[in-house]
Amino acid sequence: MNAIEVNNLTKKFGAFTAVDNVNFTVKQGEIFGFLGANGAGKSTTIRMLIGVLEPTSGDALVGGHSIMKDPEMVKRNIGYMSQKFSLYNDLTVAENIRFYAGVYGLDGKKYEERKKWVLKVANLENMENTLTSSLPGGIKQRLALGTAVIHEPKIVFLDEPTSGVDPISRRNFWDLINDLSAGGTTVLVTTHYLDEAEFCNDIILINAGKIVAQGNSKELKTNYIKNPILEIETDRTVDSLEILEKEKWVGETSVFGNYIHIILNDDTITEKNIIQLLQEQNGINVKRVERIVPTLEDVFIHLIEKDNK
Amino acid sequence: MLNRIFAIAKKELKQLSRDTRMLFIIFFFPVVLLIIFGYAINFDVKHIKIAVYDQDKSDYTREYVNGLISSEYFDLVTYVQDESEIKRLLDEKIVQAVVVFPNDLSRKLLSKQEVKVQYLIDGVDGTTASAIQNYVNAATYSYSIKLTKEYLAVTGKNLYVPIDLQPRFWFNPELQSTKFLIPGLMGMILIVTAVISISLSIVREKERGTIEQINVSPLSSFEFILGKTIPYIFISLINATIVLVAGYILFGIVIQGSLLLLLFGTLMFLFAALGLGIFISTVADSQQVAFQAANVTSLLPSFILSGFIFPIKTMPIAIQVLTNVTPAKFYVVILRAILLRGAGISAFWDQLIYLGIFGTIFITLAIIVDKRSKGKN
Repeated sequence: MNAIEVNNLTKKFGAFTAVDNVNFTVKQGEIFGFLGANGAGKSTTIRMLIGVLEPTSGDALVGGHSIMKDPEMVKRNIGYMSQKFSLYNDLTVAENIRFYAGVYGLDGKKYEERKKWVLKVANLENMENTLTSSLPGGIKQRLALGTAVIHEPKIVFLDEPTSGVDPISRRNFWDLINDLSAGGTTVLVTTHYLDEAEFCNDIILINAGKIVAQGNSKELKTNYIKNPILEIETDRTVDSLEILEKEKWVGETSVFGNYIHIILNDDTITEKNIIQLLQEQNGINVKRVERIVPTLEDVFIHLIEKDNK
Repeated sequence: MLNRIFAIAKKELKQLSRDTRMLFIIFFFPVVLLIIFGYAINFDVKHIKIAVYDQDKSDYTREYVNGLISSEYFDLVTYVQDESEIKRLLDEKIVQAVVVFPNDLSRKLLSKQEVKVQYLIDGVDGTTASAIQNYVNAATYSYSIKLTKEYLAVTGKNLYVPIDLQPRFWFNPELQSTKFLIPGLMGMILIVTAVISISLSIVREKERGTIEQINVSPLSSFEFILGKTIPYIFISLINATIVLVAGYILFGIVIQGSLLLLLFGTLMFLFAALGLGIFISTVADSQQVAFQAANVTSLLPSFILSGFIFPIKTMPIAIQVLTNVTPAKFYVVILRAILLRGAGISAFWDQLIYLGIFGTIFITLAIIVDKRSKGKN
């Protein structure tokens, strides 16, 4: 059974189409990555799926309930956490938990049990009476997720939950997401960190309101870029890039630190041709040329540039 | 549903207990206003400073002046020796009025001729000037009557004055302006604290993004608003009690009417005021805007248009219509009826209905604006 089914979902703000006829399905218990640049339509889509923004047309079933006909039932059955971590900074940890438990109607034994769980996942077991404003970002983020799922929803929406958090906290946070998923919870997460996308079972990439790619990370890497990719390291990165871009057989280029990635238009070109061009004709010392499997970053840059043309 | 409303109310109180700025506005502001208005703004004209330019220097003039200064209305500052000094005294505001007796006063009185006594009154403050005029009229009239009686007594006749005026002021026998002001002041304090506190508390959730989490939860707007409102209703009632107790201790104002009616009237007023506050919170996006809007819509109108200081009946018709923008107008009528006159519901039932209509209009507007914004961002 699918946890989420999205059918022809569209949202227009005046003349601007933020989400354009989007279709996808999310299977129960999976971690579903929703990728795209800022302003691509990720948040708008999520806000429709959680029942706070009315679609212009189309519909979606979330946990079996229509977001058009029954947004209230949708709200009862989901958890949601946004990049803003909607905790009350002027309440203590325990007061925040108490409040959200109250909102979802938890009391008695169930409340005590869930409160314990939230404190455990947030690593706040002896800090119940700390004011939330004084917590570090990573801890706040875990507390926010804990309170967002205090009512044990089957489906959780996370809207850029890791933006502005340090790498170690991000990694810990993903462990928590994996735990939720292992427990049978469906997680739909938006991000623009591509390393995080690798943790997702399924990914869609959205650009200008439209889905441009869909699949798991392996499928994305093999299905969307057919041409070979070379990674080149030289001691003059910028000059090398200028020279390479003039060649007809070079498709797209991108720079990753000291490395240059190029997508070839011509299968007959090999490592030797590159060394010849850079080192022998232009006197640039080439340290390394290697044919690589594309990263998700290569795929997304390729797809978005293609889409924007 | 009750649990959810209770959860919001409890959270709101916790937050408020840590918000010193807001606590200051809610509890300190009323006390300051009460003291300022109760003591500083006093429309009673007493202890008018006068100077006397007595060119006659007779028993008549002495007796006349004694009559003036024996009341608490006039204080004699100085005797003027020559005419040029009069201008200086008035210019430098040393005195508010100068009495000028002509040098032929006693001669004319003795020969039964009419005498003209001149009063030079500082007319800059029109209200005070006309009060001074009334007082000197009354004082001069009674001295004239006394002289007439004395004259007639000599000839063996009695003065017959056909109508003797006996005014009695009800509800506020000493005509103290504080008694008149306190009910209006209470209305103003309650509306300002209620509108500011509720609108800021809702807009803060918008500003900090916590409203997003509320929108996603099964809480309905109705539960959310009600949960938010309940704490502020109690706080406003505490505020009202503070004003009433202070009014009793500082200004001796005793509640003449029924406490139950007072509570009911106050709750109706709070319904209207909080309705206005809730409406502001749907329109404003930041606490700053909400604070300004709350101030402009509650403080100014309740000060100028509620009949608190300036009587509505003397305003031009267009302004009279405009006075309906503030629920304080209706509440002031209710408060004066209950506090000063001890009147029953028959004296102000219509005002209760107006308050109900006012609150309903603004809550309906708030719902419409809120629904519209749902589809937008």
